[in-house]
Amino acid sequence: MQNMRDIQRRIGSVKNTQKITRAMKMVAAAKLKNAQNRAEDARPFFNKTVEVLRGVFTRTKEAAHPLLAEREGGRHLVIVITGDRGLCGAYNHKVIDLAEEIVETEEEVSLMVLGRKARDYFRRLDTDIMAEYVQLDDYPGYGFANNLADEIIHHFEAEDVNKVSMIYTHFNSAISQSVKNMQLLPVEKFAEEAEKPETEQKEPVEAEMDAETDAETVEEEGEKKYVDYIFEPSPAEVFDNILPQYLINVIYSALLESKASEFGARMTAMDSATENASEMIDDLTLKYNRARQAEITKEITEIVGGAEALK
Amino acid sequence: MAAAPKIQLDVVTPQKLAYSEQVDLIEGPAIDGLIGILPDHAPLVTAMQIGVVRVVKDGEEIQIAISEGFMEVQPDRINLVVRTAELPEEIDIERAEAAKERAEEKLEKGHDKVDFAKAEAAYDRALARLKAAGHQDHGYDRL
Repeated sequence: MQNMRDIQRRIGSVKNTQKITRAMKMVAAAKLKNAQNRAEDARPFFNKTVEVLRGVFTRTKEAAHPLLAEREGGRHLVIVITGDRGLCGAYNHKVIDLAEEIVETEEEVSLMVLGRKARDYFRRLDTDIMAEYVQLDDYPGYGFANNLADEIIHHFEAEDVNKVSMIYTHFNSAISQSVKNMQLLPVEKFAEEAEKPETEQKEPVEAEMDAETDAETVEEEGEKKYVDYIFEPSPAEVFDNILPQYLINVIYSALLESKASEFGARMTAMDSATENASEMIDDLTLKYNRARQAEITKEITEIVGGAEALK
Repeated sequence: MAAAPKIQLDVVTPQKLAYSEQVDLIEGPAIDGLIGILPDHAPLVTAMQIGVVRVVKDGEEIQIAISEGFMEVQPDRINLVVRTAELPEEIDIERAEAAKERAEEKLEKGHDKVDFAKAEAAYDRALARLKAAGHQDHGYDRL
């Protein structure tokens, strides 16, 4: 049985830790609310962007544009979006694991890392890091996504890299986030995207109706039949304008989703940490009471024993 | 009004679904100039620039200030995906005025190319907002 004072000290320290985890949980919860709103508000925008543009790319016969060019082999640029800080459960690690898998299986991989966690990890592994961004904003702006997109386009056009994909975390709810790997360049066409309808199902109600009708049209005419789109003023000029926008929009949404996920993961992690601390305190309190009781019993036995001896 | 054909217009921004209605026609600034869309239009894709989209719905006209984006047209619907879109009642006129003045100042100084382009875009956005909000006493010839 542990010494009473030791137990008391443990209880004190666990209580202190609990205060910290509780505070972190509250902070995360407050930020989550904001980040979640932003991410969810941006979803119709993201879905429309993907739906409209991929639809256009899919249904247009090989539109010649540098950003649609599929080149064999070459370097693969992976954008890895993690957080700057830990204490958020498996959030960072799930993303890093997926990225590491790609780094290990493919020959030429470069990374663009966002968030200190991913940077530190891949630095230790000596992976080629093309660019790094740390100290991200809690609520990333459109301008930041714009810069990232510009950089990616620059690398792709210079043929430094022949494929660009992005690993981010999709926010389902505060307790459930899923890691996604999305190919950015060359822009993927619809037929290869199997999980699309599933993501649309989770849409907020107002967008759901559109999503359904659109899914139908895509099924009907998407596979083989090409729609003759008019491009105003010309396909080249339109693609020059909308392809970068597609990238920016997609990256922007991914940033928002990832941030919301980070706060969600942190809130959940800190919530269970607080709960664990409570359990631990209960446990220690029980131990303390037992120790105290044992001490009292011992003293009584001693007194009784002493009294007996005097008789 | 079952007789007159309508077209579904969805204006989507990162912040929200800004506008979603059955409309009679729209007219907006594409990269190569003003473009008008009526129901049953042939499929079309174009990029949009900063400016004012004029929407006619049941004979009434609504003006929406937009910034860069793109538009996809199908015979029965228009998807207008833009960075920002504001209906007249959402526009903060004072803020737009202030932004316009700021941009004007920068344009006058204008040394750096990038700064100049940014100021120009800011100026256009402010003008578009003012125009959509119905403030006529400013130089809007630009848009």
